[in-house]
Amino acid sequence: MPEWIVPALLTIITASTPLVFAAVGEVVVEKSGVLNLGVEGMMIVGAIAAFGIGVTTGSATLAIIAGAVGGAAVAFIFGFLTLYLLSNQVATGLALTIFGLGFSALLGHGFVGKTFPGLPKLEIPFISDIPFIGPLLFGHDILVYGSVVIVIIVTYVLNKTRTGLLIRAVGENHHAAHSIGYSVNKIRMACVLFGGAMAGLGGSYLSLAYTPLWVENMTAGRGWIALALVVFASWKAWRAFFGAYLFGGITIVQLHAQGFGVEIAPQFLAMLPYLATVVVLVLISRDSSRARLNAPACLGRSFHASG
Amino acid sequence: MTEQTPRLELEGITKAYPGVIANNNVSMKIMPGEIHALLGENGAGKSTLVKFIYGVQKADSGTLKWQGEEMVIANPNAARKLGIGMVFQHFSLFDAMTVEENIAIGISPELAAGDLKQRIRDVSQQYGLPLDPTRYVHSLSVGERQRIEVVRCLLQDPKLLIMDEPTSVLTPQEVDELFKTLRHLSEEGVSILYISHKLQEIKDLCHFATIMRMGEVVDDCIPAEESPRSMAEMMMGANLVSPEKPGKAEPGAAHLVVSNLSLASSHQHGVDLKNVNLEVRTGEILGIAGIAGNGQMELMEVLSGEMLVDDQNAVMIGNAPVGKSGPGIRRDAGMGFVPEERLGHGAVPEMSLWENAFLSGSKSMNLMSKGFININGSVDYAQNVVSEFNVKTPGVEHAANSLSGGNLQKFIFGREILQSPGVIVALQPTWGVDAGSAAFIRQSLLDLAAKGAAVLVISQDLEELFEVSDRISVICEGELSAPRPAEECTVEEIGLLMAGISHEKEAAHA
Repeated sequence: MPEWIVPALLTIITASTPLVFAAVGEVVVEKSGVLNLGVEGMMIVGAIAAFGIGVTTGSATLAIIAGAVGGAAVAFIFGFLTLYLLSNQVATGLALTIFGLGFSALLGHGFVGKTFPGLPKLEIPFISDIPFIGPLLFGHDILVYGSVVIVIIVTYVLNKTRTGLLIRAVGENHHAAHSIGYSVNKIRMACVLFGGAMAGLGGSYLSLAYTPLWVENMTAGRGWIALALVVFASWKAWRAFFGAYLFGGITIVQLHAQGFGVEIAPQFLAMLPYLATVVVLVLISRDSSRARLNAPACLGRSFHASG
Repeated sequence: MTEQTPRLELEGITKAYPGVIANNNVSMKIMPGEIHALLGENGAGKSTLVKFIYGVQKADSGTLKWQGEEMVIANPNAARKLGIGMVFQHFSLFDAMTVEENIAIGISPELAAGDLKQRIRDVSQQYGLPLDPTRYVHSLSVGERQRIEVVRCLLQDPKLLIMDEPTSVLTPQEVDELFKTLRHLSEEGVSILYISHKLQEIKDLCHFATIMRMGEVVDDCIPAEESPRSMAEMMMGANLVSPEKPGKAEPGAAHLVVSNLSLASSHQHGVDLKNVNLEVRTGEILGIAGIAGNGQMELMEVLSGEMLVDDQNAVMIGNAPVGKSGPGIRRDAGMGFVPEERLGHGAVPEMSLWENAFLSGSKSMNLMSKGFININGSVDYAQNVVSEFNVKTPGVEHAANSLSGGNLQKFIFGREILQSPGVIVALQPTWGVDAGSAAFIRQSLLDLAAKGAAVLVISQDLEELFEVSDRISVICEGELSAPRPAEECTVEEIGLLMAGISHEKEAAHA
């Protein structure tokens, strides 16, 4: 086995984790019937919040919490505007991304050039030393494990619990949910805040672990990829997880391929992750009737209890 | 007989919205085990009153007594805890979820715990409401969907069941089944508040009726002692003029012909049309009966040209084949349409009445000159519609969505009829329209046919179809039965066809 395989697989994990967080958060948001296009903005604010607190306090735990809170805070603005002031979700989401990018650049001005030591790895003596499997499965930081746990929890909650039933109900038919007696906007607000916190975590991972420093616009479109993953994954958290790894995986593989001097124009190689993710996710959701059933029927529609 | 405490007693309920008093000093009593009808035209304030009882809305003043005790019902959860269940007119169901999930979400978490599937089966068996808890709602018929709502209520041991227009979407046979269940419940002491404007049903089912008009209780009666006509007049506060068939000429040549038409539906849970053949002759009205969601929408789209077919000859208006031609060309060929959805399909809600008149009449009424809108001409045309069709509106510059359902429907009909169409197609022409306007609309359809137009009416309302049609067909799962003269069919026969049970099939089973 060539010795570059393990490091390559490790970089795949680090490249995919931010996407997993952002996409899973957005799955929950969209399942509740809200289309928040501001994932990119929430991620970048999470990234600077985590980095700023991390550099200032030196505490990784506080930094992670700050990242989640930062993302949720931006999401709160979105939730308040769209759910209670009934602004247009698409326009508000786009504005949120622009706002997040600008606001984070302002906050991050003083942090340019600083570095963060990175997140501690959870090493387990002996087991981590097993060749191949050891470094792959063990010795990651808390956020990598957290992303897997979150996917499992979200899948379970959405499909097996009453809470999940409520989330799906307000996304499916908000008038019916209201007439049965549920508070549509409270449920949606909770989902929007959760989605914001997850996007914030994804952003934190970028600035704390992936490249532990602050660069303006460092999310580089990952929020948009996460949004696309949600649709192609037909609103299923576990599919979004695999989509994220597929995307992350091919990103890394094509980088290595460029390094090996494969004779394909680098521009084409750079397209590969996008192309492959789209193709694969389209293939697994090709049964269009099932895909349409998964799509929340009230996605993007404001709810107002009138009449 | 001992004096019982009423299960529910309302006193002086008043609720005002900006510009309109929805309920004015409404008082009523519902006794245990009583099936109590709440009667009234659209906008009489029935829904507002029911929303108040179910805790969806608060009243401005008035008191509510539940089993003799004065209280405030803050929200639907509180109502359910007291034992008030409600079956909504527009079902509060979730298409992409199973029957069990739909029921679980509408009852308290404690009730939903445990073996809910088994309890659903038990209750549905006990009350004759067959229901499979594992099926997805989108795959169920309308009647089955309603059963979900009823079972959802029954699982909570209701003391008062509110039913809002429960039969408007059912076949006559399904209505009979529902009534059996309701009578069974009433014998067990459950009170039922039954909202409807189908008077024959109320006469058959209800013990007592409260009649509302313009937000006030205007009368009450014992339905068994009244006739549907007398109740209708109490509801309207005026004499009901039923439509009369004018002296009829023999129908002429076939003017609208559809032949061998099959088409896959473009809707998410739509119905495909299967080999549809139909013929409407000049001077006759063909009625198409059917339960909603059996291909009516698809048939309407094919006729109006919103959906095109591959074969130009599949749809003929007179001698002109139009299967591949859009709505504009069909209008030029003399076709008029009245779609089901008044706001957003029949009329642009935010546009004024004269603009809406222009949109469909620009060519046939010559309302364009050199590419510009002839505003005076359009306004005159709209004003003609308003005066000839009794549309109540302050003026034609008012937006379409400011009109009540009945008035807007009269306007849309008037707009089409004044263009003297050779053929007119109407889907659910009087759905949600008050009795007075409905009678007016039916009369104008009869008059139009008498003048020699071919008229096609697609409707779920059998009473309406029998009133206006010369011949009746039934659409079921996208298949159209052969038309039969209206005077030769009975409601039962049509009902069986609507349920998909044809004579041939029955014969095959025998």
